[in-house]
Amino acid sequence: MRNLETSTEKAPKPKKEKEPVVEWLLAAGHRACSGCGEALGAKLVMDAAGPNTYVATATGCLEVFSTPYPESAWRMPWIHSLFENSAAVASGIEASLIAQGRDKDVNIIAQGGDGGTADIGIGCLSGMLERGHNILYVCYDNEAYMNTGVQRSGLTPFDARTSTSPSGKLSWGNKTNKKDLPAIAAAHHIPYVATATVGYPNDLMAKVKKALSIRGPKYIQVHVPCPLGWIHPSDMTIEVAKLAVLTGLIPIYEMENGVVTKVRKIGKNRRPAEEYLKVQGRFRHLFAKGADAEEELEKIRQIAEANIKRFGLV
Amino acid sequence: MARPIGTYSKPGSSKANKTGSWRTEKPVFLHDKCTDCRICVIVCPDGIIFGADKIYDPDYDYCKGCGICAKECPVDDIKMVPEVR
Ligand SMILES: Cc1ncc(C[n+]2csc(CCOP(=O)(O)OP(=O)(O)O)c2C)c(N)n1
Ligand code: SF4
Ligand code: SF4
Ligand SMILES: [Mg+2]
Repeated sequence: MRNLETSTEKAPKPKKEKEPVVEWLLAAGHRACSGCGEALGAKLVMDAAGPNTYVATATGCLEVFSTPYPESAWRMPWIHSLFENSAAVASGIEASLIAQGRDKDVNIIAQGGDGGTADIGIGCLSGMLERGHNILYVCYDNEAYMNTGVQRSGLTPFDARTSTSPSGKLSWGNKTNKKDLPAIAAAHHIPYVATATVGYPNDLMAKVKKALSIRGPKYIQVHVPCPLGWIHPSDMTIEVAKLAVLTGLIPIYEMENGVVTKVRKIGKNRRPAEEYLKVQGRFRHLFAKGADAEEELEKIRQIAEANIKRFGLV
Repeated sequence: MARPIGTYSKPGSSKANKTGSWRTEKPVFLHDKCTDCRICVIVCPDGIIFGADKIYDPDYDYCKGCGICAKECPVDDIKMVPEVR
């Protein structure tokens, strides 16, 4: 693993000109949209894990933008699984390394988007957690199937407009609230579950390092804004991610052996839910002229309120 | 003879693709009030900011002009300007 202090707090001095301050393990040249939160999330996760890491990545933006043949942005052993089975492929990598006696001092990460994790890949994820593999699963939650054109997933938030949950005369958008996937992961009696966000990069990297220091299956869900699907300016990625936390809509916490052990308090910095919603086109219908959305907005405030109570955020 | 299954690529070979051509705006680092916090280095989704000792710059070969660095700089030492080619 890389030196814990240098990469999160202060990056090491560059060696020669035009060499990035940090030689990130996710190289430049990838085709992620300008301002992509998922690219930023993966960049941070990989650097926290370090070069001795095997990575299996599910189909989705992360895989597509990083590996247009014959190029690859990854600077570590990396494999593209199918859409649904990065957890199973990583399980096989672990079994193989153990059989070869090469499983010491290496990390194994399985990763995917929210669709690949919460919906189509949930069976393989559950199997991986149940079998007790020494693997970290990272879910990059951009709250829809972005790579195929913004279809809703089990992690799409309430009332968000997507191409399969359109807003209009008969609909306010997505009818369901986010599936509680961290709780589902924790219900497998695994040692470590955490939520994180690119809005707080140092916290994300610290959680990846902590997870990798623990033996057994681990699950981290990273909230990653998608300027294209959420419809916000590309420079707003970090700000939108922070607002999600400060409104209480995305609680940031750690669970160890099934118990919540740490939460990111929002305290006096708490913001009204509308501040988060208004900066994103996917919620614009709630504020359109003549839209009588007060009842809907109240439901969203209640979701934030429930998170705040449940995790003691203020 | 062992044969590879599927396809494989060289690590980091995506650098062959210069994404700088995507820009419509570009960040200009003013080198005036920088406090060496390196927040820009951490938050750039493309990881292409180079330099040291309060003199940082983006690698314009790859910078997509997203503007995150300028927005997050706590002392406003990065300005976005229209890209002119
Ligand atoms: C079995 C299968 N079904 C559908 C697809 C098409 N497909 C590719 S990427 C994708 C969406 C990925 O969404 P998500 O996992 O949330 O990742 P994101 O692109 O949002 O990062 C879909 C539906 C596929 N590749 N394989
Ligand atoms: S569509 Fe969204 S997740 Fe996909 S590359 Fe673009 S910004 Fe990133
Ligand atoms: S504008 Fe975006 S891509 Fe360019 S240096 Fe700043 S953060 Fe990086
Ligand atoms: Mg997604």
